[in-house]
Amino acid sequence: MQDDIVLTMRGICKNFPNVKALKSVDFTLRKGTIHALMGENGAGKSTLIKVLTGVYTMDEGEIRIDGIEGPVSIRSPQDAQNCGISTVYQEITLCPNLTVAENMFIGRTKKKSVNWKAMEKRAGELLENLGIPARPRQQLGSCSLAVQQMVAIARAVDTECKVLILDEPTSSLDDKEVEMLFRLMRELKSRGVGIIFVTHFLEQVYAVSDSITVLRNGELVGEYDVKELPQVKLVEKMIGKDLEDLSVIKKGAAASQENYYEAKGLSSSAARPFDFRIAKGEVNGFTGLLGSGRSESVRAIFGADQVTGGKVTVDGKPAKITKPLHAMKHGIGYLPENRRGDGIIADLSVRDNIILALQVIQGMGRPISRAKAEAFADEYIKALDIKTASTDTPIKFLSGGNQQKVILARWLLTHPKYLILDEPTRGIDVGTKTEIQKLVLKLAEEGMSITFISSEIEEMLRTCSRLIVMRDRNIVGELTGESLTQEKVMRTIAGGGD
Amino acid sequence: MKTKKTSRFFANNSALLIPLIAILLLVIFNLFRDPGFFSVSIAANNNGDPVLQGNLISILNGASELAILSMGMTLVTAASGGQDISVGALAAIAGSVFVKVLKGGGAITGSTVLLAVLACCAVAMLFGAFNGSLVAFFRIQPMIATLILFTCGRSIAYWINGGATPTVTSGIIDGIGSFIPGIPIPTPILIVIFMGILFALLFRFTTLGLYIQAVGINQGAARLNGINAVGMKLLAFVLLGVCCAVAGVIGVSRLSLINHETLLINIEMDAILAVAIGGNSLGGGKFKLIGSILGAYAIQALTTTLYAMKVSSTDVKAYKAVVIIILVVLGSPVVKEAMDRLWKKLRTSHPKDAGKEAA
Repeated sequence: MQDDIVLTMRGICKNFPNVKALKSVDFTLRKGTIHALMGENGAGKSTLIKVLTGVYTMDEGEIRIDGIEGPVSIRSPQDAQNCGISTVYQEITLCPNLTVAENMFIGRTKKKSVNWKAMEKRAGELLENLGIPARPRQQLGSCSLAVQQMVAIARAVDTECKVLILDEPTSSLDDKEVEMLFRLMRELKSRGVGIIFVTHFLEQVYAVSDSITVLRNGELVGEYDVKELPQVKLVEKMIGKDLEDLSVIKKGAAASQENYYEAKGLSSSAARPFDFRIAKGEVNGFTGLLGSGRSESVRAIFGADQVTGGKVTVDGKPAKITKPLHAMKHGIGYLPENRRGDGIIADLSVRDNIILALQVIQGMGRPISRAKAEAFADEYIKALDIKTASTDTPIKFLSGGNQQKVILARWLLTHPKYLILDEPTRGIDVGTKTEIQKLVLKLAEEGMSITFISSEIEEMLRTCSRLIVMRDRNIVGELTGESLTQEKVMRTIAGGGD
Repeated sequence: MKTKKTSRFFANNSALLIPLIAILLLVIFNLFRDPGFFSVSIAANNNGDPVLQGNLISILNGASELAILSMGMTLVTAASGGQDISVGALAAIAGSVFVKVLKGGGAITGSTVLLAVLACCAVAMLFGAFNGSLVAFFRIQPMIATLILFTCGRSIAYWINGGATPTVTSGIIDGIGSFIPGIPIPTPILIVIFMGILFALLFRFTTLGLYIQAVGINQGAARLNGINAVGMKLLAFVLLGVCCAVAGVIGVSRLSLINHETLLINIEMDAILAVAIGGNSLGGGKFKLIGSILGAYAIQALTTTLYAMKVSSTDVKAYKAVVIIILVVLGSPVVKEAMDRLWKKLRTSHPKDAGKEAA
């Protein structure tokens, strides 16, 4: 092993049922560097981190760590700790009702009794050393989030730490707090700690990292020096190009000029005010990186979050949409991004999952008869080629792609005028992906308006005739016609001077 | 084809296995102990009317309040993933209101009884809505939310009749508590059947069952499909309130008096137990009302058996506990998984037999 390398991972493979999460991924971390790990959702970042921290066990591959002879076997978080790998997660996992010093040492003393004085002294030194503005006897909950995060880091590095993993540490911090955290990261770097920095904020990557490793669909795209990889290139590497066999799909004719849905200054508890419109038979899309606000915007349209303002017109008439039922009654359907959490009703049968939305629109007093429900379910199982043992099978036993088709069937059954699809193809095999894209275009041709969101730009370019680009929770551009190219979209997403 | 259908029936209703086995075991045990245990006879009661008598009838009759409460408890459990521990206290309040109205104006006629029933239902629904809003709107854990009424419910019942335990003497009340002249079946059994039909109709002609299950399984997804999750939970508690009122009316009518301290005391735990024995997850979601009802009868059958064996009433609880341990362990996920594995093994090791059966 080279002298300056602290961690090497070679040929890491990890399979889950139906998904290959990591396909022979390599990763190298040098001493005293900050190494950003980048990729969109489902790229394999968190799986790689979890393999390294012992949450998952890898199926193939080897991990070597500086100072340890031969490949190491990491089978539990404790193993990782013993190898000198420490992790600080996105959510703070400390106890807010204990003091800073207690949090730094809790569960780490081998002895049964605690020397409180010595502990506080040691904590005080460490905090001062690292420049963390907190007192040892202060209750952790009274510190700002950034300081809590820094205490978590201090706790992590105090244990013989060679590799520090920071998993989205900045997602709940403001600019000033981020700067504080960066100072701490640079301090640790100068002490020779190797830091793996996972984030989805591009600016922060460029502000603090030395090198970048990009993953996509569980595969290694490459390792790059920060200086050699401009922001546009990074976005391109993260989003990537799609498989060729999908490019046969052709976009349909232009939509009509008449708007089906229009919003002015629409805002919700999660989305900043924005204007939006969609014509009858149009397919448009929100694009932007994860966390750019694309999902929040469509949730505001559907009334999924608390709507705080804005004027909405549906089919030319003013409409009030403040909860999902209102939207559904106006012919709007919404396939949520998080299929497992917001989409499926896991224990209910495929049949009940399919009829649910139609049933709710019909009302409580008019239940769909068993025979009719069975007929609806059979019809859509056939139409969308859903693979299920029977209509009685609980949806949780279906594969991800088939679950997604069931949710799609649920909305198609309501014969919506406007359908919002948030990441309908995520975590789905290529075949199903193409089917869904074709279906989207066919429905649009029949006059349905569709808003399509996907992390894969290729997919959006193929289906959408208009793209709304978001960055940092604001709409930063709208692309149509000639300007709908990968190059242009990426430039708009990345922003900046490139 | 027929075997396939029956096997699917068992797959869908495997949760009912535990209460059915429990009841079956109790039946077999009692038949061995005393072959005449379940014999039903017709004898004249105090009023000279011919009525059904026997251990079987007293089990069915005695379980009435529990069976009714377990129906409501099932809905609350399914929708909220928690249990209401105030049902006994609420039944005492409802019973007190029932007596208060009966005592209010002169002679007790059919219409005063009807008025009293409606009044106590309304009051119980209000208290149910109180519990429900704590759970649904303020998102307090059901057991904690209902702990409030559990604690103060019997005090409220005490105030309603000014601390007295008034008696009501009326043929109509006797009719509710024991027999309606000319009908040989105890009235509480008929009321259970009535309530069962009421719930069956409710599930048949509204989407209540589907909505409650959807909310219990995945509240977020239910909401995104336009279901009013808060409203569903609230409704479950209100319906349980109605069940409490009916149980309270039966309890009062049996004794022709209201004793707010002892009426349906400790029944909340049996009601929760009935839901669990009935194969329903106490964590909410999918439910089977019939399971809970069977669970209630299993519990009552056990109690009656123990009394028939001359076990003293102080010891009954301990014996009951032993049987309940066995039942809940049998119904536990660990045992279920083990049984599933065993079942699969048996089937794969006799593929020929399985083939024959299918043919």
